[in-house]
Amino acid sequence: MSYEFLVATAIGVLVAGGIYLALRARTFQVVLGLTLISYAVNLFLFASGRLVLGRPPIWDKAVSQYTDPLPQALVLTAIVITFGMTAFVVILSLRSFLETGSDHVDGDTVPCDTQDGLGAADGEGAER
Amino acid sequence: MIFADHLPILPVAIPALAAPVALLSMRRRRALAVGIGFAACLAQLAVAIVLMTRVSGGEILVYRLGDWPAPFGIVLVADRLAALMLVLTALLALIALLHAVVTRTDRKGWHFHPLFMFQLMGLNGAFLTGDLFNLFVFFEVLLIASYGLMLHGQGPARLKAGVQYVVVNLVGSALFLIVLGLLYALTGTLNMADMGLRVREVAAEDQGLLRIAGLLLASVFALKAAVVPLHLWLPRTYAAATPAVAALFAIMTKVGVYSLIRVVPQVFGEGAGAAEWVPAPWLFPAALVSACIGFAGVFTARAMSEQAAYAIIGSTGTLLIAVAGWSEASLGAGLYYLVHSTLAGAALFLVADVVARRRGSFGDTASPGPEFIGRGTVALMFMAAAIAATGLPPLSGFIGKLLILQSAAMLPNWGWAWGVILCTTFIAVIGFARVGSALFWKTAEDCAVPAAPGTSLDFAAPALALLCLAALAAGAGGASAYAEATAAQVLAPAQTAAAVLTEGAK
Repeated sequence: MSYEFLVATAIGVLVAGGIYLALRARTFQVVLGLTLISYAVNLFLFASGRLVLGRPPIWDKAVSQYTDPLPQALVLTAIVITFGMTAFVVILSLRSFLETGSDHVDGDTVPCDTQDGLGAADGEGAER
Repeated sequence: MIFADHLPILPVAIPALAAPVALLSMRRRRALAVGIGFAACLAQLAVAIVLMTRVSGGEILVYRLGDWPAPFGIVLVADRLAALMLVLTALLALIALLHAVVTRTDRKGWHFHPLFMFQLMGLNGAFLTGDLFNLFVFFEVLLIASYGLMLHGQGPARLKAGVQYVVVNLVGSALFLIVLGLLYALTGTLNMADMGLRVREVAAEDQGLLRIAGLLLASVFALKAAVVPLHLWLPRTYAAATPAVAALFAIMTKVGVYSLIRVVPQVFGEGAGAAEWVPAPWLFPAALVSACIGFAGVFTARAMSEQAAYAIIGSTGTLLIAVAGWSEASLGAGLYYLVHSTLAGAALFLVADVVARRRGSFGDTASPGPEFIGRGTVALMFMAAAIAATGLPPLSGFIGKLLILQSAAMLPNWGWAWGVILCTTFIAVIGFARVGSALFWKTAEDCAVPAAPGTSLDFAAPALALLCLAALAAGAGGASAYAEATAAQVLAPAQTAAAVLTEGAK
């Protein structure tokens, strides 16, 4: 198995898990899903400069091959932005849960609360 | 470099400087924060108009950030399209800010003015940048500010809609980053002009990847523009947001349309191999369905703000029908309609707020309510806004739709375009007439007249928006000529590329 195959599979698994979780009905799972997707995206951006092993990232007269430094700068920007956004969406969904007493993304009091056996937890939220 | 050479950076720098000053003065000196907000908006409008006069002859101003040469450093590119969007943003910002201050909605939270300025910074930057990754960064700036503005005033309904809005846009941003990674891996550049040249040299085995990148990028912009089937986040978000903020958000969907107009001819235009005009066959049907669903929503909406949100979807659809022709005439007509539909959407949100403020507990729901103060004047305003949004004479919507129909007649599938635009106009007329008659003709039995709102100055902002529409109709000759020249410039990416790469490399 090559290095490329390993990285590609890791990104694929992260995206698949992220999409599954992002499609769930409760905000906590959605936030986890978004986090997984952002990890996958960061890895993907990092790999977009091609996977090169044991090469210098900046100019050196002695060598003819380099790793591309630009994707590393891009991924740094992307990490900062997604980190900030994840923190924001966590606080927002917590606030929304405390104000409305439900952590469903659709915002309705959905009957599946009782099916999940989580009705009691939601009741507590509503009382607060 | 003399001062005039720094003109293209000012639309980004002014709000970036005004925001922290407004933040500092917010708690102790409210009036100062408000003053800074207005001063910054007026300054942006002045700069945008000066920029527009400088580029209207066809000149392309290239501004190198940090003086790095073009394909390596980031450049700002001020051409006709960028200047047009800057003027529109500054005008809309002034109207929205006026309404927020007059109705005192800016006092419902501490950070309205700084967030408003950061929103403008993101919008202006997105319109000016010539670098694809920088476009992503400015998208994030405007989105982060818009999350704060959308939640301004808070309350359960707003928070719930806010969670959906944020989640949808985070997924959109993740997709955008994936596209940037793909395009960088394929072309080795992020400068749009340079990328447009380098996509021609992409190897044969990578053509499929290039096609995927083009389609994904178009989907990201379609998500921002709320094109069906990616429109579901919009109605709830816009109806839940504070009306002054919703009025400003009228330009947010246009950012998506702008990005399509900017990127598709430049990067995926003639000679781009398998990705040549790759979003074009998908865009036209999506635009038709958007127009239908948007104006059907206008017909079925239960409240005025919801109706305004659906009108935004419908007008974006109509606009994209014109854009999807990718010809000089149709794109020019689309750009004229873009300016019109942004102002008309904002006017609808503002009139809805004026009604809601006068009807007490009835709000802006489309049901008969009490006889309220100033009903006749408000009814006239609603009629004018509805005329603008549907595209009836004498306001500029009529001219815009006429131009679109005229240019669509030259396209191969003109029948669909004509049929959809004419039918949706008819449906929208009925929808607005239904809501208008329920609100302004019928009166509910035995309910008390609600108290007068704190101020009757809240007529000012919607009146200003309607005045702009009237001016756009009166000056239609000049405006449509400018729009057509803009379209010609957008569809000649080789000239832009030459200007960016030679000017920027000096």
